[in-house]
Amino acid sequence: MAMRKVAVVGAGMTKFMRRAQETGRELAFQASRMALDSCEMTLDDIDAVALGTAPDAFDGLHMKGEYLSDGAGAWHKPYMRCYVGGGTGVFAAIQGWYHVASGLFDTCLVVCEEKMSSCMPHPQGAFLTIFDHTTERALKPNLIWIFALEMNRYMTMHGIEKKDIALVAVKNKRNALDHPCAQLAANITVEDVLNSEVLAWPVQRLDISPTSDGAVAIVMAAEHVAKRITDKPAWVRGVGWSLDTAYWTSRDLYYPKYVEYAARMAYDMAGITEPRKEIHVVEPYDPFDYKELHHLEGLLLADKGDAPRLTAEGVTARDGNMPVCPSGGMLGVGNPIAAAGLMKISEIFWQLRGEAGKRQVPGQPKTGLAQSWGDLMQVGCVMILGV
Amino acid sequence: MSANVENFPGTPLSQADFDEGKILTTHWKPKLEYGWDAGVAISRYLAELKNGRIIGIKCSRCRSTVVPPRVVCEWCWEPMDDWVYLKDTGTVNTFSICYIRWDASRAKEPQIPAVIEIDGASKGAGILHLLDEVNADDVTIGMKVQAVWKPADERTGAITDIRYFKPT
Repeated sequence: MAMRKVAVVGAGMTKFMRRAQETGRELAFQASRMALDSCEMTLDDIDAVALGTAPDAFDGLHMKGEYLSDGAGAWHKPYMRCYVGGGTGVFAAIQGWYHVASGLFDTCLVVCEEKMSSCMPHPQGAFLTIFDHTTERALKPNLIWIFALEMNRYMTMHGIEKKDIALVAVKNKRNALDHPCAQLAANITVEDVLNSEVLAWPVQRLDISPTSDGAVAIVMAAEHVAKRITDKPAWVRGVGWSLDTAYWTSRDLYYPKYVEYAARMAYDMAGITEPRKEIHVVEPYDPFDYKELHHLEGLLLADKGDAPRLTAEGVTARDGNMPVCPSGGMLGVGNPIAAAGLMKISEIFWQLRGEAGKRQVPGQPKTGLAQSWGDLMQVGCVMILGV
Repeated sequence: MSANVENFPGTPLSQADFDEGKILTTHWKPKLEYGWDAGVAISRYLAELKNGRIIGIKCSRCRSTVVPPRVVCEWCWEPMDDWVYLKDTGTVNTFSICYIRWDASRAKEPQIPAVIEIDGASKGAGILHLLDEVNADDVTIGMKVQAVWKPADERTGAITDIRYFKPT
């Protein structure tokens, strides 16, 4: 395949908030403008725009891509909206990547936005519609069911205890104290997690990321443009994405095979044969604390069932051998769904450029990985950046 | 760049902003109604539930038997049309003890949703349903369970024709 080299050259984001005064299009504009300003580009320099945003039901707006298009700077440009549920953030960046890698465009602005607070009383109500209308919805499920079912399966298959998993929430919320956009940064203890309200056992209140409003944008450019724009481009070394069966009750939930497939695709493209040595900083998708562990295993960065041990031993701490979610992740920074995935790419971008401030991981990382996950617990999206 | 930015954009709202009437909000309650056709495979599944039976379907190529039935084998991408009656018993694959309803409001008595592998289907092939007639603390993965049906004259051809599963 003759693909061009593509780099991330700029990034911007809004605060992540429980409820923002700004509308979705206003948030999209703020993040997009900041991303362009960060690399001293203007909208005239952008050839195409890729947008990611979650179900229209959150906003009560049909055709959200069109709604957000002015804030995303999309008018009179080739524009697309993509959507794979929670996986949308990294998926949108992958769209941006092949817009440029294909040779069709030299630059692409990637924008992800979510305003979940509009859905009353709680966006849970909108999540109901992801279940099969005939065979499942009559049972009145809620979204947390499937997480609780998956978490229980994961814990039982490996003999993992809740206190082992709670360490992830403690770590990520603490990391988020250093993120200026964080919504739920906190110094909490394992006991706080274990004593928090039981929602759907084994899922408790502090195991979960919040619902959020927010937007993130990045600028992607072909090699010859990127080198003009910055002396620190973060090159896209590999991308991967994979979808598993929608019959989620027939899949063994203890291991995310589709994440492994996505990761293998990205590692192959990047020429990475020993990911545990070659990936220096990781932002896996962490809407729930156990998901960080589940995904580290799917990404082949931990043996099956062994990610809790790495966490307990500090390997995944910000100053550990393999820092995981140094941003504070979705548990700490917040979870405006599509924007949260793109936040992870921005974090890797800032980490690789040594611009993450108090969040900076030591040792000048050269290669980082961001991953998102979604649809009906069945899609994995991976992007590897390198400097 | 992140480190050089002092003020990230975005204006978080507080309860006080609403109490003081600073925020203007428009509300809308959609009234939408849908009628979902069950389709070829699920129609037969529902008809058999009305008869008090669980039916699955088998792929003649890879011999996987799955439930709920479907018209295409997801592994072989071949048509599936070999109907197989399954038992109304199974094994708990995973479960949760849930205190919140679909809209995130709180319930006093927990529900116990579970994935139940149905006997007669291929290993791992399960359906989503509820457990009852069991103390939540006594439920385990691997537990054997059996369907509790509505009386025949109350069955409508729906997944809720099985009221719940209980331990055998």
